[in-house]
Amino acid sequence: MAQSEFKQADFEPLQVDHAESEKIVGKSTSYWKDAWRRFRKNKLALAGVVIIVLLGIMSFIGGPISGHTYDGNDLLNVNQSPSAEHWFGTDNLGRDVFARTWYGAKISLFIGLMAALIDLVIGIIWGSVAGFFGGKVDEYMMRVADVLYGVPYLLVVILLMVILPPGLWTLIIAMTITGWINMARIVRGQVLQLRSEEYVMASRSLGASNSRLMFKHLVPNTLGPILVTLTLTIPTAIFTEAFLSFLGLGVPAPLASWGTMSSDGLSALQYYPSQLFFPAFFICLTMLAFNVIGDGMRDALDPKER
Amino acid sequence: MAKYLLKRLVYIIVSLFFIITITFFLMQAAPGSPFASERALTPALEAQMNEAYGLNEPIHVQYFNYLFSAFQFDFGPSIKYVGQDVTEIIARSFPYSLILGVEAILIALSIGVLLGVIAAVKHNKFGDYTAMVIAVLGISVPSFIMATILQYIFAIKLQALPIARFESFAHTILPAVALATTPLAFIARLMRSSMLDVLHSDYIKTAKSKGLSERVVTYKHALRNAILPVVSYLGPLVVSILTGSFIIEKIFGIPGLGNEFVVSVTNRDYTVIMGTTVFFSVLLLVSILLVDLLYGLVDPRIKVTDKGASK
Repeated sequence: MAQSEFKQADFEPLQVDHAESEKIVGKSTSYWKDAWRRFRKNKLALAGVVIIVLLGIMSFIGGPISGHTYDGNDLLNVNQSPSAEHWFGTDNLGRDVFARTWYGAKISLFIGLMAALIDLVIGIIWGSVAGFFGGKVDEYMMRVADVLYGVPYLLVVILLMVILPPGLWTLIIAMTITGWINMARIVRGQVLQLRSEEYVMASRSLGASNSRLMFKHLVPNTLGPILVTLTLTIPTAIFTEAFLSFLGLGVPAPLASWGTMSSDGLSALQYYPSQLFFPAFFICLTMLAFNVIGDGMRDALDPKER
Repeated sequence: MAKYLLKRLVYIIVSLFFIITITFFLMQAAPGSPFASERALTPALEAQMNEAYGLNEPIHVQYFNYLFSAFQFDFGPSIKYVGQDVTEIIARSFPYSLILGVEAILIALSIGVLLGVIAAVKHNKFGDYTAMVIAVLGISVPSFIMATILQYIFAIKLQALPIARFESFAHTILPAVALATTPLAFIARLMRSSMLDVLHSDYIKTAKSKGLSERVVTYKHALRNAILPVVSYLGPLVVSILTGSFIIEKIFGIPGLGNEFVVSVTNRDYTVIMGTTVFFSVLLLVSILLVDLLYGLVDPRIKVTDKGASK
């Protein structure tokens, strides 16, 4: 019978060792390891990272492997469909669309990364100073930000593009002149919340200076939201560049960006849709990739979102 | 309440003052004179032109003149189009933009909210995934690419809808949809996450355990609270529709204010640029104020006056 297999000893209570029960069995994970583990599980976000890395590599080797240059024109072969010679076809001046696409990738990604970086630096400094000192300093600094925030971003960028000489850096400056405000507001909110935490007080009572408190304790702890905002700033910058180029206010010729290429392709849409298709496809792909990375990071870094 | 309104109005006027000042001096700093692109003028003629447009006055006189007339909604004559006032241009072109904008807002709100609700109710099921794929694509495809895709499919290939211009209701469908795409996707995501939050709250469980039907619980109890973040998104929504109109009106050849602005930028028609910028800013500041007031109405827990005081 089945019951006879149990012995009396099986029903004895186990010995409780209090020292043993306090032991932590699993390996302790840091916040970042935990976040990375959660991010890795998100297949879509990983695919986004792979796409961005591939686009980055192609932006450097794409031109050379096509055997054409982005501005070399072949007037005997204008408006060609994709072929063995011109993989993405040629445009109305006989320039190779494949080479131009990857050259445009370099410009678009560069603008996106630079704009995000400058926003990051100004935003962190402005936001952390305002949040850390609070009071009157905070009041004045955020009022400045509020006034700038009230004017629509694209309107400011367009106005600046009108008065500044055209060029790549003009575009980046125009985009960052109000772009940092978003970052500053997020950093300020976080710092404001964190500065009353005990560990800040502990560090302060140990004699830490303001700058040490700010950059050693507060900024690293706001890194999660900062990173998320950063990844979402890049597609916004790429979009703005494309938008402006589309209006004819972007990077000047012969520089090619995805925006200027789409704008050129639009006029040929009815007869040569491939000229619009390739740059438009890569704009969408890049924005999609950065958006899913941003979403993945938000889910991974924000414990509340789990 | 009256005090709060007054305070907000003062803020709006201060912001407008800043915007007018900044645009005025930006345009002064802009390279080239307004007559540079025309045939070379004789000095006598140029002096006469400057006289006629008041450009020979000292800069501070010009500035105060501009400031005073701007507050009376008089932005002076267009430099490029002789005989047209900026105010006239705005009055002529704004109705087109208004119709298009209202249509786009309605599309974005209705479909966005609907998608968000479907996604939340069918959480982690097919409906959720479909709605979120649409939302992510909507955010990733810029409006001008969306516009050209729509033109290509519906106007060139299917010949179902007119490709451009603004003559009948059918003409407005494609531009309004293109304009609505990005905000629609944002609203859907916002709605989904707030709806998910609400559906897990206790009062929903209570309502369900009272035996109310799923439909009543979702649409009468949950939706009302879940829609609040969408109401606060209305401000950015107006901004996005407004700036989106620059490019959409250009692509579809609609003689609206956004198109007028872009044309004035390429023409360097300074008075029109300044006038439309100020007009856009008024529009925005007022609509943001309206949204804040509306928010107080929709959610009685939030007292606008308190929010204003703590600011």
